[in-house]
Amino acid sequence: MMTSNSLVYLIALPLAGSAILLLSGRRSDKWGHLLATALSASSFFVGLYQLSLMLGRSNSQRPISQKLFEWISVGTFNIDAGLMLDQLSICFVLLITGVGTLIHIYSISYMAHDPDRRRFFAFLNLFIAAMLLLVLGDSYLNLYVGWEGVGLASYLLIGFWNQKPAYATASKKAFVMNRIGDMGLSFAIMIAFATMGTVSFSGIKEATEHTSTGALTAIGIMLLVAATGKSAQFPLQAWLGDAMAGPTPVSALIHAATMVTAGVYLITRSNFIFDAAPTAQLLVVIVGAITLMFGALIGTAKDDIKKALAASTMSQIGYMILGAGLGPVGYAFAIMHLLTHGFFKAGMFLGAGSVMHGMNDEVNMRKYGALGKFMPITFATFGLGYLAILGVPPFAGFYSKDMIIETAFNSGGTKGIILGCVTLLGAGITAFYMTRVMILTFTGTSRWDEEAHPHESPWLMWLPMAILAIGSVTSGYLLSHGDALVNWLSPLFEDHGEHEELLSPMIVSGLALAMVAIGVAFAFIKYSLNEVDAVAPSDVSIFTTVARQDLMQDRFNEAVFMRPGQALTKLLVKSDEVVIDGAVRGVGRAALGSGASLRGIQNGFVRSYAALILIGALALVAAIWVVTQ
Amino acid sequence: MIWLTLLMTLPLAGSVAVAALPKGNEKLVKQVALATTLLVMGATIAMAVGFQRDNVELQFVEKYAWIPSFGINYALGIDGLALVLILMSTILAPVVVLAGWNESHGGRWSVKTFYILILVLETMMIGVFAATDVFLFYVIFEAMLIPVYFLIGGYGTGERSAAAVKFLIYSLFGGLLMLASIIALYVMSGSQGGHTFDLAALSQLEMSSTTQNLLFLGFFIAFAIKAPLWPLHTWLPDAAESATPGTSVLLLGVLDKVGTFGMIRYCLTLFPEASKTFTPMIMVLAVISIVYGAFLAIGQRDLKRLIAFTSISHFGFITMGIFAMTSQGHSGATLYMFNHGFSTAALFLVGGWMISRRGSSTISDFGGLQRVTPVMAWMFFLAGMSSLALPGLSSFVSEFLVLVGTFTRYPVHAIIATFGIVLAALYILIPVQKALHGPTTPGNENLSDLNLREKIAIAPVMAIIIVLGFYPSPLLKTINPAASHVIAQMGFSDPVPTNGSK
Amino acid sequence: MNAANYLYLSAMLFTIGAVGVVVRRNAIVVFMCVELMLNAANLSFVTFSRINGDLNGQVIAFFTMVVAACEVVVGLAIIVTIYRSRRSASVDDASLLKR
Repeated sequence: MMTSNSLVYLIALPLAGSAILLLSGRRSDKWGHLLATALSASSFFVGLYQLSLMLGRSNSQRPISQKLFEWISVGTFNIDAGLMLDQLSICFVLLITGVGTLIHIYSISYMAHDPDRRRFFAFLNLFIAAMLLLVLGDSYLNLYVGWEGVGLASYLLIGFWNQKPAYATASKKAFVMNRIGDMGLSFAIMIAFATMGTVSFSGIKEATEHTSTGALTAIGIMLLVAATGKSAQFPLQAWLGDAMAGPTPVSALIHAATMVTAGVYLITRSNFIFDAAPTAQLLVVIVGAITLMFGALIGTAKDDIKKALAASTMSQIGYMILGAGLGPVGYAFAIMHLLTHGFFKAGMFLGAGSVMHGMNDEVNMRKYGALGKFMPITFATFGLGYLAILGVPPFAGFYSKDMIIETAFNSGGTKGIILGCVTLLGAGITAFYMTRVMILTFTGTSRWDEEAHPHESPWLMWLPMAILAIGSVTSGYLLSHGDALVNWLSPLFEDHGEHEELLSPMIVSGLALAMVAIGVAFAFIKYSLNEVDAVAPSDVSIFTTVARQDLMQDRFNEAVFMRPGQALTKLLVKSDEVVIDGAVRGVGRAALGSGASLRGIQNGFVRSYAALILIGALALVAAIWVVTQ
Repeated sequence: MIWLTLLMTLPLAGSVAVAALPKGNEKLVKQVALATTLLVMGATIAMAVGFQRDNVELQFVEKYAWIPSFGINYALGIDGLALVLILMSTILAPVVVLAGWNESHGGRWSVKTFYILILVLETMMIGVFAATDVFLFYVIFEAMLIPVYFLIGGYGTGERSAAAVKFLIYSLFGGLLMLASIIALYVMSGSQGGHTFDLAALSQLEMSSTTQNLLFLGFFIAFAIKAPLWPLHTWLPDAAESATPGTSVLLLGVLDKVGTFGMIRYCLTLFPEASKTFTPMIMVLAVISIVYGAFLAIGQRDLKRLIAFTSISHFGFITMGIFAMTSQGHSGATLYMFNHGFSTAALFLVGGWMISRRGSSTISDFGGLQRVTPVMAWMFFLAGMSSLALPGLSSFVSEFLVLVGTFTRYPVHAIIATFGIVLAALYILIPVQKALHGPTTPGNENLSDLNLREKIAIAPVMAIIIVLGFYPSPLLKTINPAASHVIAQMGFSDPVPTNGSK
Repeated sequence: MNAANYLYLSAMLFTIGAVGVVVRRNAIVVFMCVELMLNAANLSFVTFSRINGDLNGQVIAFFTMVVAACEVVVGLAIIVTIYRSRRSASVDDASLLKR
């Protein structure tokens, strides 16, 4: 592999920005946001430069690496602080820094009136650095540092307004649930080291041949646990909805475009493990399928625009995970959907932020309505994102999502048919809830509060939205034109020959579009032709109630984990006091007590002393007599 | 060069100098104490520079007859393990003096006495890690209790006398068992080549396995009380709750390390067979400590007790790493000892500042500190992140090494212990949320942020935590030879990759 | 005459002395009982000396007498002093150390 000295700048630039902004304190309030944006942008340009170099090399020469220093070295456990940039990571680098920079620009205006804007930008830069480390690390342990680093940044940003207790709780919840996933990653690394003696990507890739399927399956499942935590997949999905407590640009960057897709990166990066462990791969598909339905169903019932989009994110990442679980053919499509999703979902989140900006931070869509007239640019960019997520040709989602549906159908056997149907159904439900969002927000009659004065956002905010909208329109075509992305990534994935074709692409597209049309029609009938209440109706079916409560995920977690955990903690605290410390204090009390009772003998009467001496002497004589007999 | 004796003499001389100062001038007393500890730190670093990292033999060896008729020597010498711990102790000492500038006020005795005790304690902290004569070690091991007893009982808060007595009796009980074992070793050495207390000579003794097991237990229980290991831990929360933050740092950061240090230096070296016999039981105790300490930390309402329980969990990790008998586990455990010293110091010092400003150590009395005292809040947060072993901070490296090293030989123990990292997130984030986030609790609006002295005191600790997170190599290279040496002496070698054939 | 009879006598004297020490209150009587016990012991020593045919027992008997004499001197002095201050020779009244 070729080496390079410039990879570190990708990470060092935003990291330096974060450090400068945090350490300089209030002194950098005036220019901190500009510095952070500039550093994020320069990291993007370094990425572009690397891409141009990479394009100039032949396929096998493209990956480059950089060893920074020896990080941990004990016995055979040798980890260098090493970076690696290959065809897969460059996609992420450009997505992270590109979308990241746009969101920096957006935030300059969005956060303009926040007294802590500097701190916000410091965290954004920290996030960019950690996320880049995640995708550039050349071993699982290096990835782990970035993995928890983004978790930290996410925690800090979700809880950015942590003076509100609910927001602080949301950030804590996100961190703890992520930690459960991180535990999976720890296990995967430990198993990998114990069985293969290495934790680097290249080392493990070589060692997979000699390693038993059982061990690989265990590693794969643990990696999947890690991915479910970070990517809000079933069963660790519950934190994502609450994470919308963070400022909207954060939701766009971290909880839509980049961090939550880290799980997809992890699975694609570990393709050599999953390819050799079919059971783990099947579990990946199952998790993806469950989550894509789970998220879609939640999305239909949410009135909070950000939570509806978060549910949609969960569902779309379910598509990606499912795609990644379909093996060599699916990896590239998962990544393609990840990239296009990065554009349209970030764009829509920024759009939601723009709407909130104009509506006094109101998030309830039932209090929106008819905003299209007042926010034409937001409406247009959001609308393009909407068409993209629906998969209407020729918008981005059409290419990426249809590919996943098609691959699902063609994965063979009953499994293929079930997966295909699930993905198709998911597409229909997606169309329903996204149309609902569109109608409730931008069309119909206004249901605003009296003090709302909707207005278009300043150019610093709509410019990034516009750029992302352009991406939503074109990225799908560009990435799939001549199988560009598939060919680009193909050296990384070992494809095992031809695949049977159950349904032709045309039929799949037709079916998908039909499902979308049905979904749109339902939403149109329900929300456009009928009057929408400004207050959520309470006499709804049991299904709506359950969906509004995120399919009982929180209730389940509370009943099964939180309450028993709290009870156990209380019990242990009590038992520590009573049993263990009680035993210790018991020894002390026993000493005191025996002293107190023996003290009674010392009564001061000479005759009783004499009697005791006599008794003692007699006892002694008797004892000697007994022993000698 | 008699480096080690010099290191031990310096703080002692400082304490004499402090004693000679006029009683009224408290500022001068503090300055002399600070200057002394800084001097010791500088001398230690100078000594560390001359340390040969790849040499597994003891270095800077000194040996003088002390009580020749009993074969007792004043013998010192250090390997990588001891060097790292001495380094940690002497770096922490000036930090503690500077950070706790005012914590000696309002004690039972004068400010002067406080610093005399601290300096005497520093001498012993160096001596206990450097001693190679078992008798000398024992004397210092027990003598250390005296200054700590007075520091807790004389300058602490709340039920300080009861806590000090509890600490003393617990430790004396363990010390007594160890003394019995030491006497037995001495007696046996008489019939095998002459009476001696020399560690190297004693490790060559031949004894029956029953004898070895009994003597091992005598040492181990003493160290398990010090460390502290479940279920011998209950003195620690009380002591930490009552002691001043600076004392707590020295108590948990340095004194408790004597326990885990002793396990390596004495238990493993003197009784290799018994160590193997008891390893399964000790591993279980260690895992229980990890999980139990974490749960109890989650359940605490008092900030100082919470930190004490997190330490019990961390000491479980250290013990687990030691007895996993792999080079990763062993090096990780030693590195953990070093890192834990600093992360606990950070937690206790910042926590102590919060408590002294608020006048309460109940976590729910705080609230919204991030808006009121941002620097203090961020320091507490960073210390907490270090305690929960966030990658990129020093404790992650050691914790992960311990886990990986344990997993290769004891996968089940390692898996259970790994659940500790989720619990760690809870026991740190719950107090962080209660104390730093949320609306400002009434009465906290006017708390002052860290002043310059406090910032200077905490800065090196934070710097060490961050730098060692990314670049632990210098320390690991110092520790590795010593750790591998112990493993090899025990007759263990690292498990080879199984390729999943197991 | 059988030497064992002397030993029985000695045991009886000792028992009388011991019971007297425990049950009587008057310090003088207690004192005399103690003397009785000492002399019972002396009798045993002399008897054993006779039985074994050596002088060790008789030597020890002399020692005992010396000790007893010293004891009488000190003890009577104490009793007289206590009687002077408390107007009582009862040993139960002299429990000052207890209070």
